[in-house]
Amino acid sequence: MNKFIRTVAICVMSLAFAPAVQAQTTVNVAYDADPVSLDPHEQLSGGTLQLSHMVFDPLVRWTQDLQFEPRLAESWEQIDATTTRFKLRSGVKFHSGNDMTAADVKWTFDRLKESPDFKGIFSLFTDVKIVDDLTIDLVTSEPYPLVLHTATYIFPMDSKFYTGMTADGKDKAELVKHGDSFASRNVSGTGPFIVSEREQGVKLVFDRFTGYWDTASEGNVDKIVLTPIKEDPTRVAALLAGDVDFIAPVPPTDLKRVEDNAGTNLITMPGTRIITFQMNQDRVEAFKDARVRKAIDFAVNNAGIVERIMRGFGTVGAQASPAGYLGHNPDLKPRFDVEQAKALMSEAGYADGFSITMMAPNNRYVNDDKIAQAVASMLSQINIKVDLQTVPKAQYWPKFDERAADMMMIGWHSDTEDSANFHQFLTACFDEATGNGQYNSGRYCNPEADALMNAANSETDAAKRAEMLQKLEGILYDEAAFIPLHWQNLAWGARDGVHAEKIVNALNFPYFGDLVVDK
Amino acid sequence: MFAYLVKRVFQAAAVMFVISLIGFAIQDNLGDPLRELLGQSVSEEVRQELREELGLNDSFVTQYARFLGKALQGDLGTSYFFKEPALDVILKKLPATLELVLGATLIIVGLSVPLGVYTAIRPNTILSRIVMGISIVGISIPVFLTAILMIFLFSVELRWLPSYGRGDVVHVFGNWETNFASLDGWAHILLPSLALASIMLPLFIRLIRAEMMEVLQSEYVKYARAKGLWPWRIYFVHALKNTLLPVITVGGVQIGTMVAYTILTETVFQWPGMGFMFLEAVNRVDTPLIVAYLIVVGFIFVVTNTIVDLIYGLVNPTVNLARMGA
Repeated sequence: MNKFIRTVAICVMSLAFAPAVQAQTTVNVAYDADPVSLDPHEQLSGGTLQLSHMVFDPLVRWTQDLQFEPRLAESWEQIDATTTRFKLRSGVKFHSGNDMTAADVKWTFDRLKESPDFKGIFSLFTDVKIVDDLTIDLVTSEPYPLVLHTATYIFPMDSKFYTGMTADGKDKAELVKHGDSFASRNVSGTGPFIVSEREQGVKLVFDRFTGYWDTASEGNVDKIVLTPIKEDPTRVAALLAGDVDFIAPVPPTDLKRVEDNAGTNLITMPGTRIITFQMNQDRVEAFKDARVRKAIDFAVNNAGIVERIMRGFGTVGAQASPAGYLGHNPDLKPRFDVEQAKALMSEAGYADGFSITMMAPNNRYVNDDKIAQAVASMLSQINIKVDLQTVPKAQYWPKFDERAADMMMIGWHSDTEDSANFHQFLTACFDEATGNGQYNSGRYCNPEADALMNAANSETDAAKRAEMLQKLEGILYDEAAFIPLHWQNLAWGARDGVHAEKIVNALNFPYFGDLVVDK
Repeated sequence: MFAYLVKRVFQAAAVMFVISLIGFAIQDNLGDPLRELLGQSVSEEVRQELREELGLNDSFVTQYARFLGKALQGDLGTSYFFKEPALDVILKKLPATLELVLGATLIIVGLSVPLGVYTAIRPNTILSRIVMGISIVGISIPVFLTAILMIFLFSVELRWLPSYGRGDVVHVFGNWETNFASLDGWAHILLPSLALASIMLPLFIRLIRAEMMEVLQSEYVKYARAKGLWPWRIYFVHALKNTLLPVITVGGVQIGTMVAYTILTETVFQWPGMGFMFLEAVNRVDTPLIVAYLIVVGFIFVVTNTIVDLIYGLVNPTVNLARMGA
């Protein structure tokens, strides 16, 4: 009974004090998932990076128009072919109260080199040299054009906080992919928000860090409550009902609803994830013929898919690199002409067509299974009979690794935000030693294209590099190395007064530290 | 009685053993857990290292023997996603699910008895026809559709009730936080409970109605009427008691089934219970958690069935549990 009275008392008190609590600005955010871990090096995923931009700060970060913006690095200069010197911001404090120094950056870099997920990005980086307390040299093994791209992944961690032993005798710095670790549950960064409460899969509460260095930021949000809401209709309903202030993603079926509804706004932006089909030349003899691959490209109506299936929620593509990337070749136009496709098929001696198998996931990309069905029926127009199978993503990737079908769907986002990454994983000659072509289920292989990629990867002159990468896209287009469909758009929903349009970007890392909310 | 319980414990153990074996056997078909643990551009070499570390390269027998050995010591494995012992994760989520089932049960019991009795004794009134009509509709609409329609009506259009989650829960003890101690908690549990109840409620109304109609035709009711007993006494004291026997049997089994239906309800309402957790675990191929969930749910089924048998014995003196155990 005593307990009951106490409970009632707490309820009454919390009601009484409710107005006082609301004086601070709280933003309720609903995503489709919450981050896997508080350890920024555990998994290379959108969720981890979104969290990192709230709790940590990178050395440099991307702006909305894909330029670099100084964050913890105030300035940088290349001092020789393989060394870039970064000047760090002074007076930056971690959540623990420790000062951020060059030693923290080095410590973080060394840990990144150990991370199974991140070490690939840092493979060409050999060292961080501490010049003085606020100056570091980032050293690569060869001239490398993506130093700044990569620096967006360096979120300095509080080395003093993560050093030592936990009560049960584990190293605090330990990086564990599965199982418990100090870093997966405790966090100290320099970012605008500190994690004050976390129940995995239920909610994540952030409070503004009072000692945040970026006092110039207009951001005025005191508290963020992030709730994962997996179901699309529920997430949209929560925004429309006013239970949350900001949601992502908004599913294509509800875009209009969020836009038309009084009190909520829709923000969309072309994304950078390309959706493609690959044609397996090892499994189907006909796919070795560029004319057949081109015929397929001509037969597939990408614009129609974007309009009908994606409801306009995509950008029609003819290449892997989205606009804004160095390698984006503006001359390449989507191909669609069924007559020409038929002509190419008969020219190649396949006028009567053939049968193939096709596989696609059904819960990985937006409308992935419907897109695959549409492509299958489009191919029937040029007498290619498709036996389509769609499976959940968990089962799809093992199948993809086996190259289990003649045509397979894959979507790709470049971790480096650079064009060469698409070719390296999707269309380069398969090579087990370098890992090139790891996701090239088409087995397309063109040494000339690979040579261009390698040359571009050690070319530090941006203009020359752009030329090489655009030429590379041109080759892949001419040979129809793969079937590009579209780049998935991004969509966020926000209630009136939450000025989210200024903090979102094509990378889908909203910079919540800068979020302004009308009081 | 004791012998009966001992027998039940052995049955439960056997059921859970079989479930664990089946759960383990299908896990290879669920997909590759590494895909959810590692980023997309991680090399095959690193994948293999982790696979080796997790023991996924061992044969089925080795893996199962290892699992069984640990399970006997109460360790059902560690969830890949939550990074905690799978059993702890489930026990943390269990109160939310049980409260939801309790909420739905209260609604079902509170509505099905009066409605069932009323439609039995006044089968031709307009109200009875409306109730029966709605119950047909209710039984044929899938629960996730009911749930989404309710969210759009009560949360988005009318703005009466919150659309998702548990809201302000009050901590009771251990893992148990309750929705029943605050106004906000009640507001949050109402819609999910209604959605969950919507599947079973029509069934129970129809069941009680049919049983009641049959009982009302029986000799002893006719005799009671002839004797001049007040009708409400006949209905609620004499007839209802005999109506409830089959209802309890079916009810016990159905409440167990309701735990399974929570998967859909919880997913739609983002209710942080174990049904939602299970669906997520399947999507993430969190195999230790999936197997542990199946075992726990199997256990709940056995327990509810045992309790139903015990209650049945109390309500119906002709059932002798002591003899059943022998």
